[in-house]
Amino acid sequence: MQWETVIGLEVHVQLATQSKIFSGASTAFGAEPNTQACAVDLGLPGVLPVLNEQAVAMAVQFGLAIHAEIPEVSVFDRKNYFYPDLPKGYQTSQMYHPIVGPGEVEITLEQGEAKRIRVHHAHLEEDAGKSLHESFSDGMGHAMTGIDLNRAGTPLLEIVSEPDMRSAKEAAAYLKAIHSIVTYLGISDGNMAEGSMRCDVNVSVRPMGQAEYGTRAEIKNVNSFRFVERAIEFEVERQIELIEDGGKVVQETRLYDPERDETRSMRTKEEANDYRYFPCPDLLPVVLDAAYVDHLREILPELPDEKRARFQDELGLSAYDAGVLAASREMAEYFEAVKEACGDAKQAANWVQGELSGALNREGLAIQDSPVSATQLGGLIGRVMDDTINGKAAKQVFQALWNGQGASADEVIEAKGLKQVTDSGAIEAMIDQVIADSPAQVAQYRDAEPEKRGKMIGYFVGQVMKASRGTANPQQVNGLLKEKLDALC
Amino acid sequence: MALEHADVLRAAHLARLGLSDEDAAHYMDDLGRILDMVDHLQALDTEGVAPLAHPLDATQRLRADEVTETDRRDHFQRCAPAVEQGLYLVPRVVE
Amino acid sequence: MHDKTLTELAASLAAGEFTSRELTEHLLGRIERHDGDLNSFITVTPEQALAAADAADATRARGEAGPLTGLPVAIKDLFCTDGVLTTAGSKMLENFVAPYDACVVERLKAAGTVSLGKTNLDEFAMGSSNENSAFGAVKNPWDSGAVPGGSSGGSAAAVAAGLAPAAMGTDTGGSIRQPAAFCGITGLKPTYGRVSRWGIIAYASSLDQAGPMARTAEDCALLMNAIAGHDPRDSTCVARGVPDYRTELAAPLSGLKIGLPREYFGDGLDPAVEAAVREAVAVYESLGATVREVSLPHTHYAIPAYYVIAPAEASSNLARYDGVRFGHRCEAPRDLIDLYKRSRAEGFGEEVKRRILIGTHTLSEGFFDAYYKKAQQVRRLIRQDFLDAFEEVDVLMGPASPTPAFDLGAQKDPVSMYLQDIYTIAVNLAGIPGMSVPAGFVGDRPVGLQILGTHFAEQRLLNVAHQYQQATDWHLRRPKLAEESA
Repeated sequence: MQWETVIGLEVHVQLATQSKIFSGASTAFGAEPNTQACAVDLGLPGVLPVLNEQAVAMAVQFGLAIHAEIPEVSVFDRKNYFYPDLPKGYQTSQMYHPIVGPGEVEITLEQGEAKRIRVHHAHLEEDAGKSLHESFSDGMGHAMTGIDLNRAGTPLLEIVSEPDMRSAKEAAAYLKAIHSIVTYLGISDGNMAEGSMRCDVNVSVRPMGQAEYGTRAEIKNVNSFRFVERAIEFEVERQIELIEDGGKVVQETRLYDPERDETRSMRTKEEANDYRYFPCPDLLPVVLDAAYVDHLREILPELPDEKRARFQDELGLSAYDAGVLAASREMAEYFEAVKEACGDAKQAANWVQGELSGALNREGLAIQDSPVSATQLGGLIGRVMDDTINGKAAKQVFQALWNGQGASADEVIEAKGLKQVTDSGAIEAMIDQVIADSPAQVAQYRDAEPEKRGKMIGYFVGQVMKASRGTANPQQVNGLLKEKLDALC
Repeated sequence: MALEHADVLRAAHLARLGLSDEDAAHYMDDLGRILDMVDHLQALDTEGVAPLAHPLDATQRLRADEVTETDRRDHFQRCAPAVEQGLYLVPRVVE
Repeated sequence: MHDKTLTELAASLAAGEFTSRELTEHLLGRIERHDGDLNSFITVTPEQALAAADAADATRARGEAGPLTGLPVAIKDLFCTDGVLTTAGSKMLENFVAPYDACVVERLKAAGTVSLGKTNLDEFAMGSSNENSAFGAVKNPWDSGAVPGGSSGGSAAAVAAGLAPAAMGTDTGGSIRQPAAFCGITGLKPTYGRVSRWGIIAYASSLDQAGPMARTAEDCALLMNAIAGHDPRDSTCVARGVPDYRTELAAPLSGLKIGLPREYFGDGLDPAVEAAVREAVAVYESLGATVREVSLPHTHYAIPAYYVIAPAEASSNLARYDGVRFGHRCEAPRDLIDLYKRSRAEGFGEEVKRRILIGTHTLSEGFFDAYYKKAQQVRRLIRQDFLDAFEEVDVLMGPASPTPAFDLGAQKDPVSMYLQDIYTIAVNLAGIPGMSVPAGFVGDRPVGLQILGTHFAEQRLLNVAHQYQQATDWHLRRPKLAEESA
């Protein structure tokens, strides 16, 4: 039987505010336990929440970026359940009236065609603390868990998609698209390793052509693009095998174990959850007037889709190049700075994706940490374009800049004497010398069939380039050599 | 709406209140009568009436995104029943 | 000294008749002598009080005294007080020393008042008799066999007994007005949002409101000047100017339109209470007011709606008491669920558990619409009743409670106890301000006249109450305490 996979994602994005969603405590990562948990975060008796302006602005900007409806009124609700990392015994979230309504995100499939993934809504909520399962003891031999509430109250934007994805690749592409939108907007650092972006994946399968969805499993807390793909691939295979063996998929929460590359059922608790949502009486309805939303729309930066389109239409880049260069804000900014410095988009695109990306990958560096700045790279490309150096020398210059040997391409070219020799007199002198030094090769050349001579000229070119320490213009060398050798025949 | 014994146990569990069977029976009786009193609401036609969550028709004020709190961990943990290395301790949570 | 009103004490301090230290020592002495019997305080803080009194006297000596400098007050033990035990009347918080001050407490301190200590209350403010306190019932100073009312019973009893000239209370369904009525003092529940809830241990967040309890309306006005006003830490606290509540006290009442809600004079109202209230209304007529009957047609749905909304909010507000960061924790929990269930079972009293269970049940799946949503719809209708009535009249008047203070232990059934709050509860659902002022006695137990106004009409209410107190002396009557009568 042919099976179709159906995937929906709930992406939790930590918003890059300075302070928490409902308190003035810092959201900085990595502080000593509970040193950034203030009275409000701890849920001390008598404390009250006040909503962070920036969290609201960021959520709305995300909504605008995915062309979503922004309802005039949104309301915070309490989601009630007990857990040690949830200090108040409820999470303040938005159940019935989220801040961002339906929208859509465009992803690019492997074959290059675009697909729209609908976003059901996005809502604001507070993050929980962390449980640390180290070896604490209560002194009576019972193992204890330590609770750190520094993260409690960090603003989260939960982005809930429709079940519109049909493969692990699509899911990963969607997640990347969300990642690039939030980082473009600067509303999150998108750091998945630190948990700034986390993802719950709903997966089901159904026979191809069937209209109803199959029973879904929810895979919780998948924290990398790669794991999302692998978790889905494993889960799809598991569900298909299960059904084909006559079994049934049960609706449950599963955990992806990257070490074993499998998903497994989280031990189901005895009761079904009943979160008893109701409007938080400590917070009032959030009303966004049109002028405010318009203002946020006006200050929206150029988004990945728009950038990609502009790279293609205005800069004449291929769809592929535009896609790669627009995928992250840092990459796009770097590329544009290089283009600015050298004045040629295609050259800039080639260098950024070629030499630079290769070097970054080898060293495992992000583009914002590149030892070669965009201005340096732009300067280098400029010297290739105006024939000051040839391609080979350019690679040497790049390497030198990478190693910090020189502040600019010009400085390196000067210091290493890499300036291309284009003076034909000087080149002719070198050619004459090489011909004089290579009587045997000249003899072979002369004796060869004319159609084989083309290949044989390579030897002489190499010798001349060597003699010029790589600085001779290769095209010029080639042309002059051919003239001189043929004259000997 | 009649209240069942199971409803009381379910509510007690959701609210994490330890109740003995006797307690549950006792509360079942009280809760049943309170709900009977509450059920008078059903007699009122509220079709088309918008729920009122807050007595004033006010809207949420927003706070500037500024860090205003400093570390007061030691102060706050003075009233904590079990703390080690700055962490609140609870019986082992198994995930 | 202890028979004086807050306003009189302020004048005496200003005139140098005695110092704040002398006054404070006198009151601490009275608490020492009488409160063993009354049980109106959970915690008395003599050292802090005397230090504050000395500081106040020093402020006065520098010529920097304000209207409240050096005046002693008692604080309901529901307000967090930095460094001072804050119990909410619960075993759950019997060792909880709050690490910060409530906004009201900050403002009272800033105004130079002297806190004598923390007064007894029904656990987490849930009750109408003060019998639901983990620290024992409070006696009514007028009759030791009677309850003082609740939940601010300790505050009301302390003021009535002359242990404190004024106290802070909170009112979620009548918890300032009913004990004020039962103890023969004056209490004001301000408009919801008028006074910050920051640092008040929450019972039902959309209903809770703090207010003053004192001898006179004038005293309440003095205290309102200190505590009312915007607090950026409470999202529900309104950013609206605060008048000087004393300026309109003397305004004449001629032309005042009083409405008597028909539903507040019906079945279940003690005829003697009704007689006292009608007599008070007659006094107003003699002051130039006109009286007419009005209707608040949804009055009888107020208690059912309240007992959905308040327990629902409470069930969520009280989830934070889990034995992890503060509060009672059971001995040697076996596992997490045992920690939660035993800590909470041991820490909470019966009425609190009852309300948590009701609230949890009514919010749970399958019941939410029938209970919670319905109650919120009814809440709108109840508020509309008041708004409609205030189109026609300036204030509403009626009894604060259908009976005078009942006997300790008399109300055994929770539902019949709840029904006692029939005249006070709708006010909290609507968010309007209300007062109770002493208006006579049934036997030796006081009767309270309730005066209600529209949102933010506190100034008018205080004026209306003050004018009555100029014409009557019920508020000047004092109970004889055991030792004094002996």
